Amino acid sequence: MTKKTNIEIPLLGDGRTEGAVIRLDQIKRDFQVGEETVHALRNVSFAINEGEFVTIMGTSGSGKSTLLNTLGCLDTPTAGEYYLDGVSVRKMGKNDRATLRNRKIGFVFQSYNLLPKTTAIENVELPLMYNPSYSASARKQKAIESLIAVGLGDRLQHKSNQMSGGQMQRVAIARALVNDPAVILADEATGNLDTRTSYEILVLFQRLHAEGRTIIFVTHNPEIAQYSSRNILLKDGRVVSDTVNNAIQSAAEELARLPREND
Amino acid sequence: MNGTNLIKIALKAISNNKMRGFLTMLGIIIGVASVITMLAIGQGSKKSIQSQISEMGSNMIMIQPGGDMRGGVRQSASSMETLKLADYNSIRNETRYLASISPTVNSSGQVIYGANNRPTTVYGVNEEYLDIRRYSVADGSMFSEQDINSAAKVCVVGKTVVDELFTNGEDPVGKVIRFNKIPFRIIGVLTSKGYNSMGMDQDDLILAPYTTIQKRVLAITHLQGLNASAIKEEYTDQAIDEITEILRRNHKLRETDEDDFTIRSMEELSKMMTTTTDLMTVLLAAVAGISLLVGGIGIMNIMYVSVTERTREIGLRMSIGAKGRDILAQFLIESILISVTGGLIGVIFGVGAAFLVNVVVNFPISIQAWTIFLSFAVCTFTGVFFGWYPAQKAAQLDPIEAIRYE
Repeated sequence: MTKKTNIEIPLLGDGRTEGAVIRLDQIKRDFQVGEETVHALRNVSFAINEGEFVTIMGTSGSGKSTLLNTLGCLDTPTAGEYYLDGVSVRKMGKNDRATLRNRKIGFVFQSYNLLPKTTAIENVELPLMYNPSYSASARKQKAIESLIAVGLGDRLQHKSNQMSGGQMQRVAIARALVNDPAVILADEATGNLDTRTSYEILVLFQRLHAEGRTIIFVTHNPEIAQYSSRNILLKDGRVVSDTVNNAIQSAAEELARLPREND
Repeated sequence: MNGTNLIKIALKAISNNKMRGFLTMLGIIIGVASVITMLAIGQGSKKSIQSQISEMGSNMIMIQPGGDMRGGVRQSASSMETLKLADYNSIRNETRYLASISPTVNSSGQVIYGANNRPTTVYGVNEEYLDIRRYSVADGSMFSEQDINSAAKVCVVGKTVVDELFTNGEDPVGKVIRFNKIPFRIIGVLTSKGYNSMGMDQDDLILAPYTTIQKRVLAITHLQGLNASAIKEEYTDQAIDEITEILRRNHKLRETDEDDFTIRSMEELSKMMTTTTDLMTVLLAAVAGISLLVGGIGIMNIMYVSVTERTREIGLRMSIGAKGRDILAQFLIESILISVTGGLIGVIFGVGAAFLVNVVVNFPISIQAWTIFLSFAVCTFTGVFFGWYPAQKAAQLDPIEAIRYE
């Protein structure tokens, strides 16, 4: 068992940038494939401040999955420093990273990844199960609050196999919110949904952004960039553009413009 | 993650797949039930043999003349004349470990009463013989020391002899029967003991004062044997040593001489007979244990499938903060729950089956706490042992790959 890292004390000094939730400093990630070394990330550096809604885009092979894994503390970089909420991740062990993920990150996956035959509440409670400071009742209370926040207050006891794709993704978002994370990491969160439901989910993300949440949305769909506050474009393991979006489109308006389906 | 949460998760996982959980448990149920039933049967037959032996007197010691060689030919015990009355007296006077001792001289022959007769054996003994062999007098009384001193022609008869000779339901006490033309007056009837475990009728005998048999029937002065009982079963060995010492001294045997007598104890016989049942118990338990092992392998198999099937779930749990040991504990507890639940049901079935064997085929059974404890411990161990590898495999998954596993 590795020693417990005190993640409550923010790292002072060069690692800390005022207001930055995420800071990447010359991140490199190499993979050994047979004889060859594949450079998935080559000197990626950027900082994300609290309250930003950032889309990270790139084609497949651009390194965005590796970047997502790094940001999500699932993987550690070969070189460079990564600070999440002021904590250096690079030298952390497996167990400490698990605890860090539990406290600071909310994941939303393309394929929802809900537990089968399990109610919405139980699914949302899950991250808190791995946090010993929550009692059973506090856990349930938090889960209900999160589900109400994503508009599923009337479906608390629905099981995951009784819900539509959009509802399942809302449950997944509620699960990502339940631990009050420093950052929400969405991986192609609308990839499995039809256009209408995708917009509904985007509306939800925009609302969370408006409430001051930090969101990183990894996607290959360029349309989504216009709804975020900032767009980072990745190509061959390098950041090729990093632009702030001054004219954020409203997903709600776009949703209203969509033709009603009459069937 | 705390224990109750883990148990809740494991219960949920099992209840999500009830049929599979039940089938996995079935292996353990059958394994545990058969271990318990087989041990109950094995222990039962051991117990019944032990109780039969103790009925004959588990602390009994039999001393016979013998072990003697004449010109290189080993002689049969009955032809020996090495045991004398003096031996009996010195053992009786010096012993510290014997509760009772009786000389034995016996003679087989026809016993006659009126028109009825029957072949039987007359044992010449003293009054302590009753205690040694656990006989008791039902009607009348046992002969006394005075009868022995006077070589009185009195006897105490067993139930079988009474039934054969007194066919019209007369009271045998006070009647005179003839054995080898010598009249004996019946002064008592023994309580029936039935057959012993070797199929001998323990009621087919007549007891008479040993002096009477020596003088009036056999016309000998030596003893054919001595029967004694140790004060307690545990002291049998000391008693045997003591007797050996006294007899060797009396017979003036040198250090290098072999014993000219043989001492056997019921304890020896009891050991010999229980060895057989112990072997049977071990064999039965081994066969049953194999079925428990097969059940355990069933758990391992299912847990492996379960880990593969739930790779995505494991990936998700890890990405939201589960540590390797949380995952390990989750799967381990699941397999322990399956095996312990199976074990509990197995105990119930095993005990039930053992009673069924007892009632239906009337076989003696004995269910002991340790057999239940043992099979329960074994099946918990099975759960840990066979759950460990799959759980370890789950705990070592890479969350990045697991979450995208198709």
